[in-house]
Formats: sequence, structure tokens, C-alpha cells
Amino acid sequence: MSVIEVRNLRKSYGSTHAVAGVDLEIAQGEIFALLGPNGAGKTTTVEILEGFRERDSGDVRVLGFDPQVQGQNAREFRDRIGIVLQSTSDAGDLTVAETLHHFTGYYSKPRDADEVIAAVGLSEKKDALIRSLSGGQRRRLDVGLGIIGSPELLFLDEPTTGFDPEARRAFWTLIRELRDGGTTILLTTHYLDEAEALADRVAVINRGVILEISDPAHLGGRSTSLARVQWESSGQMREEMTAQPTAVVTRLTSEFGGEIPKLSVSRKTLEDIYLEMIGHSEGDSQ
Amino acid sequence: MKSLPSTLALGLRRGNLEIRQFLRQRESVVFTLLFPLILLAIFGSVFKDTIAPGVTFSQYFVAGMIASGLVNSGFQQLAIIIPMERDFGSLKRLRGTPMPAASYFIGKTILVLASMFFQVVLLLAGGVIFFHLNLPTSASKWITFTWLILLGTASSTSLGIAFSVVPKSGRGASAVVSPVVIILQFFSGVFFIFTQLPFWMQQVAAIFPLKWLTQGMRSVFLPDSFAASEVAHSWETGRTLGILLIWLFVGTYFSIKTFKWERE
Repeated sequence: MSVIEVRNLRKSYGSTHAVAGVDLEIAQGEIFALLGPNGAGKTTTVEILEGFRERDSGDVRVLGFDPQVQGQNAREFRDRIGIVLQSTSDAGDLTVAETLHHFTGYYSKPRDADEVIAAVGLSEKKDALIRSLSGGQRRRLDVGLGIIGSPELLFLDEPTTGFDPEARRAFWTLIRELRDGGTTILLTTHYLDEAEALADRVAVINRGVILEISDPAHLGGRSTSLARVQWESSGQMREEMTAQPTAVVTRLTSEFGGEIPKLSVSRKTLEDIYLEMIGHSEGDSQ
Repeated sequence: MKSLPSTLALGLRRGNLEIRQFLRQRESVVFTLLFPLILLAIFGSVFKDTIAPGVTFSQYFVAGMIASGLVNSGFQQLAIIIPMERDFGSLKRLRGTPMPAASYFIGKTILVLASMFFQVVLLLAGGVIFFHLNLPTSASKWITFTWLILLGTASSTSLGIAFSVVPKSGRGASAVVSPVVIILQFFSGVFFIFTQLPFWMQQVAAIFPLKWLTQGMRSVFLPDSFAASEVAHSWETGRTLGILLIWLFVGTYFSIKTFKWERE
């Protein structure tokens, strides 16, 4: 069953085509990552799906709703989604627990606030004022507020910006648990390793169009791309691109009669593929 | 499946939260609640004359301070705080939840009403204790007082929410909003006796609610004999009610139509 269905979505700001014909289909229980440089149309697409922006044309269905709904239907729509925005920085005069308890009142089937506090790792900061939290802790509170209504669909916009590596790992575990519990997750991120670690499928978007949708391992022909074997010979680095790196290494082993100097075998990372797809100049402009 | 909570229930929940948040900003609480009393002390000490038989300037000034309190707590406070909430992203976050806009507006109204309640209690108590303020004795005056506070709060709140789209950022909001309020206070007979203001000033003031709130409060705190000294030689209670209702309608209309949940 599709949670998100998008056909030929378009949105322009003046003469700029922010989204120029996007098609998407995201299944229930999937973690889907949307990748693209700033200004690629990522945020516009997501905000249309969240109901924050109106589209110019195209068909959009999110959990069976048109996200542009108003009134009571809008409430029912928002009761079933969770949104973690890129930057929120409340004045912070409330505690973590007060804030989460308050938000439980908005939803028809909220999660237990204390359980959510524990899930996002803020139990020790439960009674701390939000203004006293570190950037990473505030981000975890944002995530807590995003999942407090037991959403069927969770939007995560750059969720781990400012996290230390340990907090990121813990966050990834949380997201996988949500997915395993049936929540569909639409993730936008700048971190390619995050997309690789979490996403079941990724879409690369640039200039308002989707370049490719695939699982991270196969994106851009990555799985069939040639491996690069590098080594040193007579003081110079040599390299060979090959579909059979093992054969090359075996050959080199016998040539050198044992250890191959400075040997490395590598394949393209998701980041290499991504940068090739969007073009290096645009990749640098982030 | 359990259904969504009602707009009113959520509005009360928001009001509770708004008050709690407000009380945590100590400096702001002290300033907001004590400022009218401080002004009364200053003006009461400077102007010792009586304006009319049995009417001291303090008595006249209390009416203006309560009316100003309505404009400060509602219009001014909200037109400054809402752009800040918008900058922080907290409004956008609320927009993404099933909480209806009306609940947010109800919450703000409750905050303003609570703040007015404490301001009025402090101002009247301080006035009676230190400045020989005479409180009204008839029930009808207290009834007028009550509807003026309620309707004043509602219209001031709605206009503050509506005006919150004017400041482009939270940082600049105070510079945009405060002069509007101060000029209105001068024009509306808060700091000076209204009938002594130039005619054109009176005419401009008559367009806006503050003049009517001030005059209405005078009808509560001054003896009925003073009505003859007003511009219209009457308290114009009916007209006050009508004009406040019109502004409430205008404020509510624009709050609903033009409210912005996120920064441009």
C-alpha cells in the first residue's frame, strides 16, 4: 500500500521551477531518503507533502489525503503525520516533560510522554528547561515532538545535524525501531552515510526533477561499477579499474611474489555516485 | 478510535501553557504588572490638582491606565511576541500538528485576560492604598467595567494577532509596534485630559478603540456628573460598545485571513 503518491508535481516561484514534474511512490513501512543539494527542490517537495505549501499542479496523495485540505480534514490529516522541521528554537521557558505532555493533548492517540522522553534519550533532562539543552538535545526533543502523536508517516528534515557520532547511532536505532513498528519515514539529509545506513530507498533530486530512485546499494549503477585496485610499483602509484578485482590482486600477488606495496581495493561510495549525479560544481555549493 | 479534542478544550490547554510560559519570564511579569502602578505613582505625584469637583487627576488617570493595559497586554504584547514565535519556528511546528488555529488564538486571549486580571487588581489595590482612589459602588458600573474588560481584551487580542503580520521579524517588532501604541495613548486621553487635546487629535483618536476604552473606563471610575464634561457631553456607552464590536470583528477577520505561521 502506498503512503505517499505523487504524480507530475510542479511548483514555481516566479520564473524558478522549484519542482518540475516529480513522481514518487513511497510504500508503508519504508524509510525513504530524499537527497539533493540546497535549492534542488527537496524542501519544496517535502513541504508540499506536509501541507505547508500549495502546489501549482500535479496529483498528491498522502495517507489518502490531499495535503492541502483545510479545516477538520486538515486536523485528521495532521493527526496521522509527524513532522520534524529543520530548525526550531522555542524561547524555552518550559521543561522537556511539560512540552511533551502538552503536545500529547493535540492528538487522538498520543504515545506516552515519558516513554517518548526515554526513547529519544532525554530521561535525565526531563525536568530541565528547554533553554538549558544543548543543540543535540534540542534536536532529540524535536524528534520526540514529531513522534508524540504515534504518526503513521514521519517527516524528518536533516534530523541529525549537530549530533555527536554516538547520538547519531542511537538516533538511527530509534528510527529503525519506528520503521519496524510500521511507521513510514521520509528523510531528507545531507549525510550520505546516514541515507546509506537508514534508507530502504533513496531518490536523488536536482533542479526540481528526480534523477534516480533506487536502493542505496544500486544507485547510479553502483553495484555493477568497476572496482579500483591501487598499488605502488617502482615508486609510483598505479591503478586499474576492473570488474574482477580478486583476479587482479591474485595476479599482482604472484608478480610481487607476496605482499603488494600500498594495496587498496575500493568501490565508489554513495557520496561518489551522488556527486557524479548532481555534478561536482553543484555539490560544492552546499 | 478516539476522536480529536475539541477546539475549545485545546484552547484552554493552550491558555494554561501560555500563562505558565509567561510566569517563567520574571522580569517581564514584574514589568507588565507593575508598570501601570509606577505610572500612576509618577502622574499622581506630578498632577495634584482636581479636574472637576471630587475628581482628582489620579482618578482620571486610572481609567486611562486600565484602558492602556488592555492595549499593552493584548495588541502590543502579541504583535511583538507572535513575530518572535514565528522566527523561532514554534508557530510552524504548531501548524504541523492537529491543533486548530482557533485554539491558538483562544490560548492567547486567555493569556491576555489573565494578565489583565492581575494588572487591574494591583492597580486598583495600589490606587486605593496610596492614591485615595475611589472605587465604583454601584453594580451597574461594575457590570460596565466587566464587559469593557472582556470586550477590550477580545478586540485588543484579535488586533494584536492581526497586526503580527506587519513586523517582518521578531527583532524589529517592538520598533514597529511600540510607537503605534504610544502615539495612540497620547491621542486618546490617557496621559492628558482628552477634552484639552486639539480637535484633530480627538478626531483621529475616535477612529481607534483606545479612546473608547478610556472613555468607557472613565464612565466607571468618575462620577456621572463628569459625563457633561466629555466631548459629547455624554459617556456614549452604546457607541463605545458598537465601535469595540466593529474592531473585534475587523481583528478577528484579519487574524483568520492573514495570519502567518512561518517566516517568509
